[in-house]
Amino acid sequence: MPAVQDTIDRVKAIDVDQYKYGFETILEMEKAPKGLNEDVIRFISAKKDEPEWMLEWRLEAYRRWLTMQEPSWARVSYPKIDFNDLYYYAAPKMNEAPKSLDEVDPEILKAYEKLGIPLREQEILAGVEPKNRVAVDAVFDSVSVATTFKKELAEAGVIFCSISEAIREHPELVKKYLASVVPVSDNFYATLNSAVFTDGSFVYIPPGVRCPMELSTYFRINEKNTGQFERTLIIADKGSYVSYLEGCTAPQRDENQLHAAVVELVALDDAEIKYSTVQNWYPGDSEGKGGIYNFVTKRGDCRGKNSIITWTQVETGSAITWKYPSCILRGDGSRGEFYSIAVSNGRQQIDSGTKMIHLGKNTTSRIISKGISAGQSENTYRGLVSAHRKASGARNFTNCDSLLIGDRCGAHTVPYIESKNASAVFEHEATTSKISEDQLFYCMQRGLDEEEAVALIVNGFVKDVLQKLPMEFAVEAQKLISISLEGSVG
Amino acid sequence: MLEIKNLVVEIEGKRILDGLNLSVNNGEVAAIMGPNGSGKSTLSYIVAGKEDYDILDGEVLLDGENILEMDPAERAVKGVFLAFQYPLEIPGVATMTFLKAALNAQRKARGETELTTPDFIKRVNAAADKLEIPREMLRRALNVGFSGGEKKRMEILQMALFQPRFCILDETDSGLDIDALRVVADGVNALRSPDRTFLVITHYQRLLEHIVPDTVHVMANGKVVKSGGKELAVELEANGYADYKAQEAA
Ligand SMILES: Nc1ncnc2c1ncn2[C@@H]1O[C@H](COP(=O)(O)OP(=O)(O)OP(=O)(O)O)[C@@H](O)[C@H]1O
Ligand SMILES: [Mg+2]
Repeated sequence: MPAVQDTIDRVKAIDVDQYKYGFETILEMEKAPKGLNEDVIRFISAKKDEPEWMLEWRLEAYRRWLTMQEPSWARVSYPKIDFNDLYYYAAPKMNEAPKSLDEVDPEILKAYEKLGIPLREQEILAGVEPKNRVAVDAVFDSVSVATTFKKELAEAGVIFCSISEAIREHPELVKKYLASVVPVSDNFYATLNSAVFTDGSFVYIPPGVRCPMELSTYFRINEKNTGQFERTLIIADKGSYVSYLEGCTAPQRDENQLHAAVVELVALDDAEIKYSTVQNWYPGDSEGKGGIYNFVTKRGDCRGKNSIITWTQVETGSAITWKYPSCILRGDGSRGEFYSIAVSNGRQQIDSGTKMIHLGKNTTSRIISKGISAGQSENTYRGLVSAHRKASGARNFTNCDSLLIGDRCGAHTVPYIESKNASAVFEHEATTSKISEDQLFYCMQRGLDEEEAVALIVNGFVKDVLQKLPMEFAVEAQKLISISLEGSVG
Repeated sequence: MLEIKNLVVEIEGKRILDGLNLSVNNGEVAAIMGPNGSGKSTLSYIVAGKEDYDILDGEVLLDGENILEMDPAERAVKGVFLAFQYPLEIPGVATMTFLKAALNAQRKARGETELTTPDFIKRVNAAADKLEIPREMLRRALNVGFSGGEKKRMEILQMALFQPRFCILDETDSGLDIDALRVVADGVNALRSPDRTFLVITHYQRLLEHIVPDTVHVMANGKVVKSGGKELAVELEANGYADYKAQEAA
């Protein structure tokens, strides 16, 4: 994302508070009535032009959800959410779905421009090397506004579109794979998402195809009091490869906004999926007011033999993060990887980690987690590594490092290990360190100011994970980390 | 020129510097010697701006300007450089990255243009070659897993790169083998110039045979108790500090 530095500088210049993406776009919005009931679900389904089976599927999920309890085991606390005080659908008002970018509201394009998203194909073509090209599916509140690069992807046989479009155009694929990784009743938020999801991305890579470019979705929550419930489904058929990038921002608001996404990945035999996230949603002000509640279910299924799924995440935003991108290592010889940087500052609460479920033989997994806590934040790594009876030769390596800045924040590591197979080998390493006064003094003696010194030390700390991100993303992530730690010392 | 006037410093109620006076002219190399615990490193930290000390009295002047209110980075920009007795490790940060960030931070603060990567690499390679530091080391994380002698050499590399006006070397010779000592001394001598000031803290005359000082000052119990020419170091080597310790105690 080449425009990012410029964007950061510009937004930084305008904004006095910590959050640098806090601008609101004034658009005419079309909303469902406030609250949640079957009529709202019918409204959403109708707006999306969905077939009958999809509506039924949603309603069933909704009825299930009504019987469920909000989970309380995570190390986060927040006031009770009134699920009837939210809007579940908000879309920029358009008479008809846009056929091309020219039909998209210029205000929306402007908002994306401020975020540094290269939405316009021409810009991308002009500015970026062919092999680094990124196709963007931008989700503005609940509707996918425009998808770039469609044609070229179509030539490769790749399907990259909004989930709504996929439900209409590729129902056989959606029916086959939707909720096949995250069952409808998996957990409270996933069930809620199944009932009310409004948009998200759909990707299908045919057998043997290496996706010719990075695919990217940029989520942005704009409308007040809307929950954002996207649903993403990525399928890599046999022997295919795809790298998918997800970036998120939200404007600054007083009320908390709810975000409960479901992301499902399916990798068939010898396929590989790389899923990278940079999440910098509004974390709330210094008192923790406002900010996004991020309750996300992300799970990958290494369904085929020798398949690989890699989750890489950089989490710097949100007031509360509840997120455990996981891998089910079903295929023999499959591999799951989880690389995470989670930065918390101010009053942020993060409870994040991963689950590696080893079902197949000779499955391997690797977890590298770097938690950085500053201010009065709480940062918990929660991870599960388990080996099924049949998972002979399963191997896991876990390394969790925590870095504390100041002495009012907390870092916690909660690893669960379950092994039902004697040949499984699980290794776990964990460290907690503090940026020492002596290190800071040394850096400052060489001319770096305090913030630069902290940023440099932190970047050293997270380097192993940053290297796992695609180049443009790594640069952006590095800057975000520095920005989110501003004011954390002194 | 560097002037230290009546410096009184305590840490946790313990007096460490007790009315220290010292001036070093431009172009001068001053050696500081003194028994363990006499306050030499503390003096260097105070000049460089380390926090956590209570400065009860005194001034530290660079060309007449008191720097005690400045933070360490501002002093670095003014040209203060401290080669640490125990250099710190910065895990995950390549030496090259660190050096470039530091040099450009200083240049930016002085209103100079920042160096481009190729320019920077040229400079750093030239400095490394002179100090016989393998270039491969510049890609490793700063000081992580470096031997004691390698860390000291890396401090001198930084000094050569930043070209600071006020250089303090705190026991740079300890941990260096004989060849390294010569290389480091040559590095320092190459930087000697009429508008640069050196404070060289050492326990051994050996270093001063290579870096010949203009003046030698003896510190004991937080003060400079004797000053003289280079022959004073020779005398100390022969007789030790017994006289000065006794003098203080009396
Ligand atoms: N943080 C501290 N707390 C308590 N005492 C300290 C602290 N730092 C230094 N001191 C004491 O101050 C005195 C001076 O220490 P300093 O390191 O300046 O001595 P030095 O002259 O450099 O000694 P050496 O030759 O062994 O390097 C010592 O007695 C030391 O124990
Ligand atoms: Mg010392």
